[in-house]
Amino acid sequence: MSAPTTDAGTTDTAAEEGPRTARLAVLRGELGLIVTPVVLGLAFLAYWTWLGAQDLSMQATSALTTDNLVRQTREQLTITALSTVGVLIIAIPLGIGLTRPRGQRFAGPALAIANAGQAVPAYGLLVLALAVLGGVFGRANDNFLQNTLGEWLGPGLVITVISLILFAILPVLRNTMVGLQQVDQDIIEAGLGMGMTRREVLWRIEMPLAVPVMLAGVRTALVINVGMATLAFLIGGGGLGVTIRSGIQLSQNIVVLTGGVLTALLALSIDWLGGVVERVLRPKGI
Amino acid sequence: MSEPSTADTVEAGPAGMVTDRDPTDAPVMIHLDGVEKVYTPGAAPAVEKLTLDVHKGEILVLVGPSGCGKSTTLRLINRMIEPTSGRIVFDGEDVTDIDANELRRRIGYVIQRIGLFPHQTIAENVGTVPRLLGWDASRTQQRTDELLDLVGLEPGIYRDRYPKELSGGQAQRVGVARALAADPPVMLMDEPFGAVDPITRDRLQNEFLRLQAEVQKTIVFVTHDIDEAVKMGDRIAILRERSVVAQLDTPARILSYPVDEFVDDFIGSGSTLKGLHFERVSGLDIPDYPVIRRDTSREEAQRILEGSDFRWLLLLDERGRPARWLNDAHVADTSRPLHEVGPVVRAMVERNATLHDALEAMITSSAGQAVIVHRDGTYAGVVQIELLTEVIGRMRREARRHYEALEANQAADATADAAGTA
Ligand SMILES: Nc1ncnc2c1ncn2[C@@H]1O[C@H](COP(=O)(O)OP(=O)(O)OP(=O)(O)O)[C@@H](O)[C@H]1O
Ligand SMILES: [Mg+2]
Repeated sequence: MSAPTTDAGTTDTAAEEGPRTARLAVLRGELGLIVTPVVLGLAFLAYWTWLGAQDLSMQATSALTTDNLVRQTREQLTITALSTVGVLIIAIPLGIGLTRPRGQRFAGPALAIANAGQAVPAYGLLVLALAVLGGVFGRANDNFLQNTLGEWLGPGLVITVISLILFAILPVLRNTMVGLQQVDQDIIEAGLGMGMTRREVLWRIEMPLAVPVMLAGVRTALVINVGMATLAFLIGGGGLGVTIRSGIQLSQNIVVLTGGVLTALLALSIDWLGGVVERVLRPKGI
Repeated sequence: MSEPSTADTVEAGPAGMVTDRDPTDAPVMIHLDGVEKVYTPGAAPAVEKLTLDVHKGEILVLVGPSGCGKSTTLRLINRMIEPTSGRIVFDGEDVTDIDANELRRRIGYVIQRIGLFPHQTIAENVGTVPRLLGWDASRTQQRTDELLDLVGLEPGIYRDRYPKELSGGQAQRVGVARALAADPPVMLMDEPFGAVDPITRDRLQNEFLRLQAEVQKTIVFVTHDIDEAVKMGDRIAILRERSVVAQLDTPARILSYPVDEFVDDFIGSGSTLKGLHFERVSGLDIPDYPVIRRDTSREEAQRILEGSDFRWLLLLDERGRPARWLNDAHVADTSRPLHEVGPVVRAMVERNATLHDALEAMITSSAGQAVIVHRDGTYAGVVQIELLTEVIGRMRREARRHYEALEANQAADATADAAGTA
């Protein structure tokens, strides 16, 4: 975002140092992006090999079937993906709207609500959602959520996804707003002054410039969601939390450990994926 | 300067204006008619009932203290700000109510802090308006390269750079190129060279004047620096609070005849000196000056010097170029030939130099006077301080007479109006 330097002494360095430091940053970022998946893959292999070498009890073996683990991982990913997409669909347009001249006065209240959503403990939110949405499900028998989505995905999953959307909306909403607000007024004025419409300024100037900040919010939401998805088992939503719960119920530490390790590796992989997306989508030049 | 346009025009005297074209002869390009802007209802307007004409091909500079409403006035023209009242006429067309975006694509706009799009390459930045106008890619690219060339940036090097990879001065040039992209007839420039060091600013100003000589745009140029105004403006509007015009005229006339104390204070000290930039040596009526040649005898030289009102003789070399200054003592010094005594002439100015240059030469000359030479270096005359004093006096008189004539006209109009309504 460097504004061009203003005095003669620094003009040359501005021209030369800019690209150099940028290159370094790219290298540093890219190195992390390449090393992380390798490390994660090795960690997974190491754990898997170690686990295979263990003398497992019958209970543990029945809990840790590959089938189970794959299914739960897939459930966890489904929850993460659905809730993140939901967050994007709601938070980004809302964030744009709240930074437009007409929406600005609602910005404060909207952020307060989003803040509250995140401040409620996740467990509480899930139970609350279960109570409220469960009531809705129970009463309206031909409810679309229950009959169609619910049959397809399971009612627990739907409620989990809705709760997670509420929970993770804040970072994306806030970052969308901050990202748009921090765009230099002069740049917007230049765009309007050349005859761009408000909409053209939004899509061609403001959004690209807000993308890095917005993506940071999206990455946060992704990580929150993949972690929180572990709690979906509480209301029958599946996921790797199921394995952890069985481990606790059966007093099989190795089962708990396996559920935990897989959850952690999944979260780290998702974070890495978020990083890749951030890199790919960040506009050049900023 | 040949045709005497009005009877009371002062004889197109020896002190002709450097720019002898009268900017107001050209047709009106932008006409503001009682334009007013009130930001906060109830508060004083930021621009109060402003009526102003900008003529085709001129640079009109708006200058005034910070907060006087210069930027607001500029932004009213391309309707970045909607006027509270008044009309804006653009090339004969009332544009007060037309689609603002369409209007803006016809007006180049350079804002106070450039505002390049950081996520776009220089070429994309410059191509903004052509893209909005739906030009195809190859035409846009061709135009972009042409413009980068025009503002002195090698397209091959800069085309694909991003704004952060430019120095401040380069960014300013791109800002100007971007405003010129669709060849708009009018440019609005809000302190376009504000954010660079004085040396770079000077260079950008010179380049821009050269560019303007080529492209002949109608330009409204905002600055708070009177020196920049004097340098860039064909005419200057000095604004006071609420964008009220204190004086609107050519730089030379404003410098030699500030109409009131506000203008006088604003142009500051040294305005007379600045005024000398607007007169050329070639316009002076230079009196005869005693010169001798290499082959003139000592006795002859003595006789010429005694017979003249001047304290110095000028000795020319065999090719007719000024060589040395000689006074009584030098002429009386028989120990060496005449062409070896006396101080060597160093301070010379060509005929097309300004009086400011001449004054500088005078100050550095050992004889206290500036020697004027033709392009080939041969002697053309000598300018003395008295002549400059005279020119300054004449400039003042001319400007005063101009304003007296204006007032008389207005009084006559008023009387006529009164008679008409009676
Ligand atoms: N958007 C706005 N809302 C309210 N008042 C404004 C607005 N923009 C400018 N003003 C006020 O209008 C007056 C003129 O402002 P303007 O920006 O035109 O001044 P300026 O002559 O360009 O000053 P500078 O040389 O500092 O750029 C100032 O008193 C300023 O505070
Ligand atoms: Mg201003």
